[in-house]
Amino acid sequence: MTSPWRWLLAAWRDPRGRAGLAVLAVVALVAVVAPPFLPDPVAQPDVLQGANLPPSLAHPFGTDQLSRDLLARVVSGARVSLGVAFLAVALSMTLGALVGLVAGYFGGAVDGALMRLVDGALAVPRLFLLLLVLAVWEQVPAALLVVFIGATGWFGTSRLVRGEVLRIREEGFVQAAEALGAPRRRIIFLHLLPNALAPLLVAATLGVGDVILLEAGLSFLGLGIQPPTPSWGGMILDAKSVLVTAPWTAIFPGLAIAVTVLSANLFGDALRDAVDPRSA
Amino acid sequence: MSRVLDVQNLRVSFPVEGGRVYPVDGVSFTLDRGETLALVGESGCGKSLTSLALLRLVPRPGRVEPGSIIRLGETDVLSLEGEALRQIRGRRIGMIFQDPMTSLNPVFTVGDQIGEGVRAHFPVSRREARGRALRLLQEVGMPDAEARLDTYPHQLSGGMRQRVMIAIALAAEPEILVADEPTTALDVTVQAQILEVLDRLRADRGMAVLLITHDLGIVAGRADRVAVMYAGQIVEEAATAALFARPSHPYTQGLFASVPRISGPVQRLQPIPGSVPAPSAWPTGCRFRPRCPKAFEKSESMPPLLPLESGHRMRCWLAESAAELVDPWTDDR
Repeated sequence: MTSPWRWLLAAWRDPRGRAGLAVLAVVALVAVVAPPFLPDPVAQPDVLQGANLPPSLAHPFGTDQLSRDLLARVVSGARVSLGVAFLAVALSMTLGALVGLVAGYFGGAVDGALMRLVDGALAVPRLFLLLLVLAVWEQVPAALLVVFIGATGWFGTSRLVRGEVLRIREEGFVQAAEALGAPRRRIIFLHLLPNALAPLLVAATLGVGDVILLEAGLSFLGLGIQPPTPSWGGMILDAKSVLVTAPWTAIFPGLAIAVTVLSANLFGDALRDAVDPRSA
Repeated sequence: MSRVLDVQNLRVSFPVEGGRVYPVDGVSFTLDRGETLALVGESGCGKSLTSLALLRLVPRPGRVEPGSIIRLGETDVLSLEGEALRQIRGRRIGMIFQDPMTSLNPVFTVGDQIGEGVRAHFPVSRREARGRALRLLQEVGMPDAEARLDTYPHQLSGGMRQRVMIAIALAAEPEILVADEPTTALDVTVQAQILEVLDRLRADRGMAVLLITHDLGIVAGRADRVAVMYAGQIVEEAATAALFARPSHPYTQGLFASVPRISGPVQRLQPIPGSVPAPSAWPTGCRFRPRCPKAFEKSESMPPLLPLESGHRMRCWLAESAAELVDPWTDDR
């Protein structure tokens, strides 16, 4: 299995890919390493004197209306946002790949049933679907948020994988493996999946940006990550009331969203071109 | 000789608008241990589909028609399902495909792919499978076999890849080897080497070989018997020597007349006029009738396989009056 490394290498040679991956790596690294060195993102040290302070040396990003250090909250929010994004994307890629592999390999009635299900699911706006489910819970645990976002994100992926499988199925080596008496499991996971990995990887990378935006949107609507846990979308929601007097409370989480999503998409674009030179 | 494969009245059908077509339509042949049978015909005659049917690999939406019989020794292949079917694939019949470029998975090493064939049928460790893969590569004459184990298919030449394909087909030690145009995609010099390997394996392992080809040239000297296919049917069947000495069906004669000869008087090549009709456009009666220079009234009805001499049969009414068997493609010069 050399190919995925070859693609990553080719994406790295692309300036977009290098910039995207580098920024993502820095964000992830800071999210993992930095919190112990920063103030508590949840505690409210001095609500009367320390709220809505503009950026300064003590608080590089300023403080919010509850006197919490915004830098600490943005960094801590990165943990949440990236964590939710990676886990949800991993879940939806797994589901999408499984459904696509099964539908494409078995074909016939199985394929028909699964794809009609997907058609139906794709006809409902994802945000609407999520609002419907999340509105039931007063407090949504982050784990549940991951599950819901992941479970509503695999429909397009399954069609993508199914299409690839239909193409690969016609390749001689799949027939050769069948003629060899290779078990179905092996054919699906060792012959079909690795050869369908390229578009899956691209979809996953681009999906990370989507999910960060989605989670930010949900949190902004109060349906995502619940306070006081910091999340980028939730911070912008908090900033709404002081937007004019303390704009930094919205600007920094907003920048964090924009930079992270942009990096993920840049890397995704580079990866897509690396995987499929024709799309360049 | 023990019979390893018995195919009777094999019919494969595909749905088309307004009915079904039968690209393989009543094919019967047998294969004994240690024997090589060549199935010869132009593309579209149904020879590859016949070989796929042996392993129940007819692509959807095609199907093998009820009434067809495929027996592997005592096993009724057409009644097998699921795990039982998987266990004959590779284990009883090994298959070599035409194009070694596309028949190997590009993302796995050669050793892994041969090992897959071993591990699909024998409960052995990875290490043991690798050891067997190495021995198989040596057996098919792969130069520097040990180093090749860890190479990827794209790093090998066409001839080497075909050797790998043969090693894979041998991995589960099948009693029958089906080679579907094993040399078509290869250079002429490599063709001979690959055929040599197949022949040696047949002799060493006592395997039966079903050699599927469009090339009469590779049949001579390799096959014990030849079955010529046209439009989904076997039209002539004989021991190789008998067929080359006395090609009798007008189609077989046409095939020979369209191949240049090395010895004998120089003759203009005589291509068979027209082309093989699609299964949906087969004529009534003898299917070769529209292209046949010897067609006569009786050709309006379908001839059965008629005996000419011991072991030599053809699907032509002319067999009834063997005196008329003058070669129509050469007798006018």
